[in-house]
Amino acid sequence: MTATLGARPAPGKGRARARHRLAVLGFMAPALIGFVLFFGYPLVATVIFSFTKYDLINPPEFNGLANYEFMFKDPLLTKAIANTLWFVVVLTIARTVFALGVASVIARLKSGVGLIRTLCYLPSLAPPVAATLVFFMVLRPNGGPVDSVLGWFGVDSPLWFSDPAWAKPGITAIMLWISGDLMIIILAAILDVPQEQYEAAELDGAGPIRRWWHVTLPTISPVLLFGIVNSVILALQLFTQAVVAGSAGSGAADATGSTKYLGFPDNSTLTFPVYLYTQGFRYFDMGYAAAMATVLFVISFAVTIVLVQRMRKNSTAEEGGPGA
Amino acid sequence: MTATLTKPPVDVSAEPEQPRRKRNVAGFLNWVATHAIGLALGLMFATPVVFVFLTAVMSDNQAFTSNLWPTEWHWENFVEVFDKAPLFQYLVNSLTYSLLATLGMLISSIPAAYALAKLKWRGRNVAFILVIGAMMLPPQVVAVPLYDTWSSLGLTGTLIPLIAPYFLFDAFSIFLLRQFMLTIPQSYVDAARVDGCSEFQALVRIIVPMAKPGIAATALFCFLFTWNDYFGPLLYTGEVKDQWTLSLALATFKGMHIVQWNSSMAVTFLTMIPAVVLFVFAQKSFVKGITFTGVKG
Repeated sequence: MTATLGARPAPGKGRARARHRLAVLGFMAPALIGFVLFFGYPLVATVIFSFTKYDLINPPEFNGLANYEFMFKDPLLTKAIANTLWFVVVLTIARTVFALGVASVIARLKSGVGLIRTLCYLPSLAPPVAATLVFFMVLRPNGGPVDSVLGWFGVDSPLWFSDPAWAKPGITAIMLWISGDLMIIILAAILDVPQEQYEAAELDGAGPIRRWWHVTLPTISPVLLFGIVNSVILALQLFTQAVVAGSAGSGAADATGSTKYLGFPDNSTLTFPVYLYTQGFRYFDMGYAAAMATVLFVISFAVTIVLVQRMRKNSTAEEGGPGA
Repeated sequence: MTATLTKPPVDVSAEPEQPRRKRNVAGFLNWVATHAIGLALGLMFATPVVFVFLTAVMSDNQAFTSNLWPTEWHWENFVEVFDKAPLFQYLVNSLTYSLLATLGMLISSIPAAYALAKLKWRGRNVAFILVIGAMMLPPQVVAVPLYDTWSSLGLTGTLIPLIAPYFLFDAFSIFLLRQFMLTIPQSYVDAARVDGCSEFQALVRIIVPMAKPGIAATALFCFLFTWNDYFGPLLYTGEVKDQWTLSLALATFKGMHIVQWNSSMAVTFLTMIPAVVLFVFAQKSFVKGITFTGVKG
């Protein structure tokens, strides 16, 4: 990638070089300051806070590894980790497969592509709070639309956001409804597969399904990897849908004051970030929250490295022509 | 609604002569099946919103029942919700947050993206990796020290902690703008330099006009991200009701302000309108922007 971007001024021109440096510095200065203020400093501070007891009012008090030790004795944290792991596994698989499936169908359409693509994509632009309430209404067990339709077939609707066994699948359904962005990305990749490859496969006697399996899938695999990494990050950060589903499900919707709805029902929607928020900003146990944040940081960092590696591989493979 | 993705879908119509009739019948059935599935998918995505709308216009009593179709159409529900909660205030707060953040993002991110895309300097790759790292970081990771700092400045309970960062650094916007700017041929920038433009002039006169679609897409995403944001407003303005944004307020409607389904669905419906309007007016920018986040390294 660097090969094409030769913007360095000719050597020997000291003044030009100085001006170039000044330009870079000038352009990057706000970003640099912003990065230090809003990422660099708070990352370091989070790690430091994680070794303290801090309630925001009294000055932080060093308490060694106490916060980390407490993690092993905290059943709610175990629950939160289990919930988040559930989403990392189920949501990642479901979202990637679902988006791939929908994109594959749209790619085969010959008319109405624009309309159907728009219908599939639009929900992903809805505010997550709204999307959650939409599903809360549509799935409500006592006479909601899904309940009514299931009733025609004599099936009882699950209690969804009131049942610990169904709350997470309910949230997963919301996340699939708003997965249109990934669909668009995968669709673009499918439409970018060179036509000749299909023709070659067809000459070899491959039917549509085998062409999809042997040509489409391998060609778009980098994009699928992106989709998987992206979904893992989404699952690790899952917060809004969990909080809103919990508060709406408990019937005690209250954006702020009470903590009783967080994780409702029976802590089944208590994800790692929700628990972090609860400890830090409801109970003001900032030290413990910082310890959890440190753990979350280490995990997201590892996932990000996978993504960066993949992007590097891509940019060396496509040397000279991004966006060609 | 024209297709903006330029390549045509897998083209079966151009198949060679072969056993023609049989092929045509099979092809037709295939066409019907594919389009039936496609239509079903489209409907599946659309129906939840249709139900929200139908519930929103029902009478108070009917909204509690299992009826799916309104017997009377109460359009005034969309107006009355403004009396049941200070929605107008929340709307102003949401717009303040989204518009100022987008403005700040444009001021801070365009130059940074230009430096990352079109200027060569030592540390550029490291800087770009840091941008990606910041983009991927869950907001909860840095929340504790940031809240601590804003609180010691006495600014929690206002929208300032939400807006201010955008005037300095927004990782996703820098990333997206850089990806767009990479597609502008370097020769344009070089030509500007030969003509004696400073880097700043090259950015303002050459890159910004050429990157307009990319800038528009980035601004749209920034606006929607802040409009949809829940964690930020909850963290900083959760305790101060008159600073709530629509998203934050909406989370409380079912239960606290408003018990009726029709009212809470009316508000839900209203909060989704800006996204739809923006999409209708800028469909191409959206699709292009989304594609850029995923495919191009």
